[in-house]
Amino acid sequence: MEKLKYERPVINKINAGVTDKFGMGHKIPIIQELEGNKISDLTNKYGSPLFVISEKKIRDKYNTAKQAFTTRYPKVQFAWSYKTNYLNAVCKVFHSEGSWAEVVSGFEYDKAIENGVDGKNIIFNGPDKSIADLTKAIKNGSYIHIDHFDELFDIIKLTETVSEKPKVAIRVNMDTGIYPKWDRFGFNYENGEAWNALNRIMLSGKLELVGLHTHIGTYIMAPEAYGVAASKLADLAINVDKKFNHKIKYIDMGGGFASDNTLKGAYLPGKDTCPSFDDYADSITNALINSNLDTQNLPTLILETGRALIDDAGDVIATVLANKRLADGRRSTIIDIGVNMLFTSFWYDHEIYPTKQTGSHSEDTTIFGPLCMNIDVVRSAIKFPLIQKNDNVVIKRVGAYNMTQWMQFITMRPKIILIDTKGESHIIRENETGQTLTAMEKTPTHLT
Amino acid sequence: MKIKESIAISESGFMFDPSTGDSFSLNQTGKEILAFLKSGKSEEEIKEIMIEKYEIDNFTLEHNFYDFMEMLKTFNVLTAE
Ligand SMILES: Cc1ncc(COP(=O)(O)O)c(C=O)c1O
Repeated sequence: MEKLKYERPVINKINAGVTDKFGMGHKIPIIQELEGNKISDLTNKYGSPLFVISEKKIRDKYNTAKQAFTTRYPKVQFAWSYKTNYLNAVCKVFHSEGSWAEVVSGFEYDKAIENGVDGKNIIFNGPDKSIADLTKAIKNGSYIHIDHFDELFDIIKLTETVSEKPKVAIRVNMDTGIYPKWDRFGFNYENGEAWNALNRIMLSGKLELVGLHTHIGTYIMAPEAYGVAASKLADLAINVDKKFNHKIKYIDMGGGFASDNTLKGAYLPGKDTCPSFDDYADSITNALINSNLDTQNLPTLILETGRALIDDAGDVIATVLANKRLADGRRSTIIDIGVNMLFTSFWYDHEIYPTKQTGSHSEDTTIFGPLCMNIDVVRSAIKFPLIQKNDNVVIKRVGAYNMTQWMQFITMRPKIILIDTKGESHIIRENETGQTLTAMEKTPTHLT
Repeated sequence: MKIKESIAISESGFMFDPSTGDSFSLNQTGKEILAFLKSGKSEEEIKEIMIEKYEIDNFTLEHNFYDFMEMLKTFNVLTAE
């Protein structure tokens, strides 16, 4: 007699009053392949865990975003926010689509140059620019977004030694009706600091004021906030024109659009609740077009969208190390990737999927990483089917910030691959080895 | 280990414990194991039956069986002796 397909025995308590938002017997979808590559083939070839980036998803998303803005406004330019994911391969996909580079450190600046970006297409943000960084940026004709008065004075001073005229913008922070207010960066709008900075730049006669910049925060769920911000920047541009008869070339709205990830504690999935690019574009472009800016001479709209462009394109494949029961009977599953490499699990309830067919039963499960630390929780509560040791799981939408903020701790950071538009996989970052790390260490001679 | 006398299990895998008012859902294998326990079969006998019937190796079953019994204890559906 042929044996029947087995499923782990499972018992779940039914909590009266607490409605299970998925209902009982909810079948959890599975992910068997990524861009035409079987999960098992990928792990056999590259190991686990494994970050997988889809070139097609990057390009599709970029074009959706671009379309949303270019159909509403005549001059639009995206600048890839390096910090969100500065793997060269990823940056180059964005640059090949026409994105400039948006960088916030000397390291990122050099990376953009090495990636073949023309200095004139680099936006240099952030509070940390050394004199050497500034000098380089001025010589290359990059757009320097001034963060504070000390930097403004540094740049004015540099004009004594550098012949090229610095191209500058100021970063403006403001009240857009959302919380938290990011007032740490740039010059404040409401208290007149921004206007003061603009006056100093214009009166110095030594700098070319090219733009106005703001970055109101990240994962902003309220498109209206962008409308408020765009109106305030438009007002500044109009006032500069009135007083100095000088037209600003661009208004840079920064980043901050929400991706489809679900924030921790949100009841509904991000996919259903996050504004679309169209929503953001409506709000921003309406504000600019309805302002008193000269419609024949509108400034270019620059966007430094990070998260919303890359989150979807990154997945990570992980492997189950063990299943365990917690003292209260809850099931816990330990996988081979922890919060040190999946920084965004502090933010999001990442979607996690099994990679092979399981029965229709699921259990409330906590998914832990392998770090010997209490904080290492990848998902605190997820209805998960009954998978076994060595099974794989796929964690979705990890493309933003993880591959730049990850920390090495007790194990090595894994490979990252890119699957190109033809479905071919390429290693774009090698895994670390013990040697990668010990190569940087030095032992004092008395300890050798 | 024995299942509390009063416990009722339905065809669909719904289980009710009248002594506590708790209800539970079981999957197919869970339901079978509980029914066997209720009928007085020993754990060893039950494991043998499962191995016969299902595509599963001894080692994994042992593992899962142990885990399942732990859950029954946690949920308080076993009697002391
Ligand atoms: C100046 C600036 N621009 C763009 C971004 C990208 O933001 P996001 O990933 O939220 O779109 C950031 C992120 O912190 C930033 O600081």
